[in-house]
Amino acid sequence: MNIRQVRRNVMSAIMTGLVALLSGLAVLTLVLILGDLVAKGATALDWNFFTKNPVPAGESGGGVANAIVGTAIIVGLGSLIGLPVGIGTGLYLAEYGNGRLGWIVRFLADVMNGTPSIVIGIFAWTWLVKPMGQFTALAGALALAVLMIPMLARTTEEMVRLVPHALREAALALGYSRWRTSLRIVARTALAGIVTGCLVGVARIAGETAPLLFTALGNLNFSTSILHPMQTLSLQIYVYATGPFDEWHRLAWAAALVLMGLVLTLALGARWAIRQRHASGR
Amino acid sequence: MTTLPLEPAPTPAEPTSPPPVPRALRGVNRGDQIYRGVLTLLALTLPFLLIAFLGELIVNSWPAITRFGPAFVWTSVWDPVAGVFGAAPMIFGTIVSSLLALVIAVPLALGVAIYLTEFSPKWLRGPVSFLVEMLAAIPSVVYGLWGIFVLIPFLRTVVVPPLKLVFGWTPFLSGVFYGNSMLAGGIILAIMIVPYIAAVSREVLLAVPGSQREAALGMGATRWEAVWTAVMPYGRAGLIGATMLGLGRALGETMAVTMVIGNRHDIGVSLLQPAYTMAAAIANEFSEATTNLYLSALFEVGLILFVITVLVNAFARLLIWRVARGTAAGSRAL
Repeated sequence: MNIRQVRRNVMSAIMTGLVALLSGLAVLTLVLILGDLVAKGATALDWNFFTKNPVPAGESGGGVANAIVGTAIIVGLGSLIGLPVGIGTGLYLAEYGNGRLGWIVRFLADVMNGTPSIVIGIFAWTWLVKPMGQFTALAGALALAVLMIPMLARTTEEMVRLVPHALREAALALGYSRWRTSLRIVARTALAGIVTGCLVGVARIAGETAPLLFTALGNLNFSTSILHPMQTLSLQIYVYATGPFDEWHRLAWAAALVLMGLVLTLALGARWAIRQRHASGR
Repeated sequence: MTTLPLEPAPTPAEPTSPPPVPRALRGVNRGDQIYRGVLTLLALTLPFLLIAFLGELIVNSWPAITRFGPAFVWTSVWDPVAGVFGAAPMIFGTIVSSLLALVIAVPLALGVAIYLTEFSPKWLRGPVSFLVEMLAAIPSVVYGLWGIFVLIPFLRTVVVPPLKLVFGWTPFLSGVFYGNSMLAGGIILAIMIVPYIAAVSREVLLAVPGSQREAALGMGATRWEAVWTAVMPYGRAGLIGATMLGLGRALGETMAVTMVIGNRHDIGVSLLQPAYTMAAAIANEFSEATTNLYLSALFEVGLILFVITVLVNAFARLLIWRVARGTAAGSRAL
């Protein structure tokens, strides 16, 4: 082996090590962030945190019960609006999406998947907050729904397209109409995949803050009315993290830990659902 | 593959139109028509939303557009009291922080993608790609929290002092570092976009045919040379697309940046100084905008941001589609 050959092999080894190192660095970042969340958040977690409402600044104690309930309501309502539209769009793309409209919708879904969420917040503001003259949880839910549609549409489409064509043909040959075939055979076969998409979508909107800033606004009190301002965990973290009090910072970490737990549970659930599909497919 | 515009492309798996068409396939069923109608309506939501977005943004920013004209983009006075608005500092801050994020994130993400597709042992692939994608699952506001209480102190005590010792004479690292700064914003953004760039790059590299690698290796290339001279050039368009996608994310990212960038309406060369971004301006000022003109100026900022991100994303998608045709690359990354 001449010198040149040795140099090339050494170069290859160095670069292999470098990309492995970079991967390690990326994973390390995640571990550090999660570690900080647990280390700083767990100490502030107690019963009061989940059951009490915020107390005035400077006082200690208090919790974020209103934000937890608010998150559930706004995310639930957003999903209620967003899931059917997103799944329907995905079914359209998979079933009838080979024409020009299909191309346009598919492209828009991919493009709008990256729309800044704050712009969607502006949109919800002009449509609901401005005409009603009031910040409402409903407007926040609408913004979150819009946010989840593009991603959901594309996931659903991919999952439905994975269903073998023979299944569809068999159903049609037995005299099933197309819509029944589509819903009862094809969509049902792809169900695990679609559920995965839904869970990922819900996980994504659960942590959103920007589109809620001037729609749901936040609320210091316990509120379950969707026609009034409402607090969410994400808004609460923002307020507490940027505030001046140590007690607030402590609560912000705890709220972040709870929010992260919620998001991770949904994400891991999604991963589990997709595993089920692959397991049954084999 | 090109098809005539009005003809639906034939589905590959279907045999080319067998002569006798069963009744169920003729699409005359009433339920079928309703089903298709409902799905079409739902699918039209997205085009409708895009047009509605643009319409609302243009209508509401019209007062500002007519008042300040194109100068809005390059003037930098932002005075709500006097009613004079120029967005140059936030446009500058948005672009610089995003580029800074790309400079940090692209090598990192490419490294992850290359390692996962070309070098890593098989058992490690699943877990590592899962963990990297998990970075995308962390909410933006949590990144902001972490940025304020962990990243900024770390920068202040560990990173910036040596940097200043070596490069302190350059204008880019001049001034006192208080924490909230362009540097902090860029680093947080970089961490946030790594999973997107890595996930899409990985799908692009996976789409490169094995014959490309085999040919290079067969010619006597080392493994790295095969990657560098055969695989990467083959997927170049897709990799650029992945980078653009990351750029799109970075441009529109709001909460984390708002929390660490310092929100100062000023154009500064130094990365250690506070800055501002378009998204941060909307987040901070929208619900406090007292006059119609103020609100309108913020709408125009939103319009500019929206148009830029849509263009960047559209360009990115076209590039990615060229390589990994039709796949929703990266959309499944949380």
